[in-house]
Amino acid sequence: MNNGIALKSILNKEIQRFMRIWIQTLVPPAITISLYFIIFGSLIGSRIGEMGGFDYMSFIVPGLIMMSVITNSYSNVASSFFSAKWQRNVEEMLVAPVPNWVIVAGYVGGGMARGILVGLIVTLVSLFFVDIQVHNIWVIIATVSLTSAVFSLGGLINAIFAGSFDDISIIPTFILTPLTYLGGVFYSISLLPEFWQGVSKVNPIVYMVNAFRYGFLGVSDVSITTAFAVIGVFITVLFTVAMILISKGIGLRS
Amino acid sequence: MHKALAISGLEKTYKGGFQALKGIDLTVEKGDFFALLGPNGAGKSTTIGVITSLVNKTAGKVSVFGYDIDTDLEKAKSFLGLVPQEFNFNQFEPLMNILVNQAGYYGVEPKIAVQRAEKYLKQLELWDKRNDAARMLSGGMKRRLMIARALMHEPQVLILDEPTAGVDIEVRRAMWDFLRELNKQGITIILTTHYLEEAEMLCRNIAIINHGEIVENTDMKTLLAQLDIETFVFDIAPSNKPIQLTDIVSRLIDDHTLEVDLTKSQSLNQVFSQLSAQQIEVLSMRNKSNRLEALFVGLINKASAAGVTNNE
Repeated sequence: MNNGIALKSILNKEIQRFMRIWIQTLVPPAITISLYFIIFGSLIGSRIGEMGGFDYMSFIVPGLIMMSVITNSYSNVASSFFSAKWQRNVEEMLVAPVPNWVIVAGYVGGGMARGILVGLIVTLVSLFFVDIQVHNIWVIIATVSLTSAVFSLGGLINAIFAGSFDDISIIPTFILTPLTYLGGVFYSISLLPEFWQGVSKVNPIVYMVNAFRYGFLGVSDVSITTAFAVIGVFITVLFTVAMILISKGIGLRS
Repeated sequence: MHKALAISGLEKTYKGGFQALKGIDLTVEKGDFFALLGPNGAGKSTTIGVITSLVNKTAGKVSVFGYDIDTDLEKAKSFLGLVPQEFNFNQFEPLMNILVNQAGYYGVEPKIAVQRAEKYLKQLELWDKRNDAARMLSGGMKRRLMIARALMHEPQVLILDEPTAGVDIEVRRAMWDFLRELNKQGITIILTTHYLEEAEMLCRNIAIINHGEIVENTDMKTLLAQLDIETFVFDIAPSNKPIQLTDIVSRLIDDHTLEVDLTKSQSLNQVFSQLSAQQIEVLSMRNKSNRLEALFVGLINKASAAGVTNNE
């Protein structure tokens, strides 16, 4: 059994899926981000002045890109895997000799592909509004890849437990969006009172946004090493949970 | 040599306590065309679910060509092709993608997968639809798509869970011919069906399952030999004369329909000779019901009655 071919097949299927419905998957993030740039960047941002030593527009660009990557990685896997459960075509994989790690890697790879592609689109859109500088390209690549992996795994676990389409929108709406907005996308957490800075540091998205911002601007509210350690812990824990759930057949086998 | 499928002591109790399988023992030889029959809720789909790892078993052993699904699941799965009862493909995906991706899950190279997809889509008369989304297909076409999908990795054992449900007779017969041809090529076929005629026409061996237990497991000839009475329907020319058949049970349904029950020791010649003697003209004749159906109902009733007695 060639696991490489099986992995490539799941990846192909996932990429074909979001490319087939590109108008639903790739266009909306570009429009949403344009609106953010116009409202927060051009209209309001010009009155805010500098943030973290940079003009406000330059400061929020990395956070906005990361916000798109997070939501798209998560929603891609959550909706695709739940849809496969709902239409029962997940059985195509379950009856085949595909190891569980290949199923997890295939779906996570699909989520990463969409997250990163949307990230690139949003980056291109942002070039219309601001000149992007790059401080460390490797930090950018590593942060965006690992963060999209974290949220793809999160989306997969959400889809495994979900019993209805409502269940795959609850976590993005009530947990993911608040954490993202409070994750330092629009502000430096150093502006917050000390207590709320401490609270913010419990939010993992703060580490991801700041590591990504460091890659562009060279500034961060948290240590880059700590940021990668946090991301690494999340990947390890979420991957382990996803593997256990699929091995036990939770939500998949009766 | 290992059996294509060996099941022993298979039990399944669902959450909530419903015991779907109560210790099933079953073997299917390599190259067999095997029918698994039973009424709705008897445990057919649960059995297939366990074999294909879609259902977690509670107890028992299942092996495919000697590979135990507890210890060699991936190897066991590689021998199996499944055509499930419900349509379970992505309705929005084109046929070609569904087939090529499915082959990929079994490690088949894309180039070979494309060739096989073309072969099976042509054989199953779906080639013109290859780029259409699966939802555009008719019910019969969707059934054929699932057969094509199950064959993409060239399995040794093909399991079909009611493959002809809801398809018209013409398509059904074409599917029978296709399955016979696959069986001739050496593929072991395990079939569940509600069309008992289908099992009688296609299968060499048969197991009947009821309330999670195997109530009969034998070859088709032996099973049909158990049939004691066969009912024939005679279309006769209308006549005012009363019909009396000596030592033969008969019923005049209306003035042109006569039903006759024959035991194994009686022959149709006896009926014809008595009707001729009474100057009754026979226009045509047919079996009243499917022979297997009569046996099936008898066995199920017998098993149910035994179950009631045991419970008492």
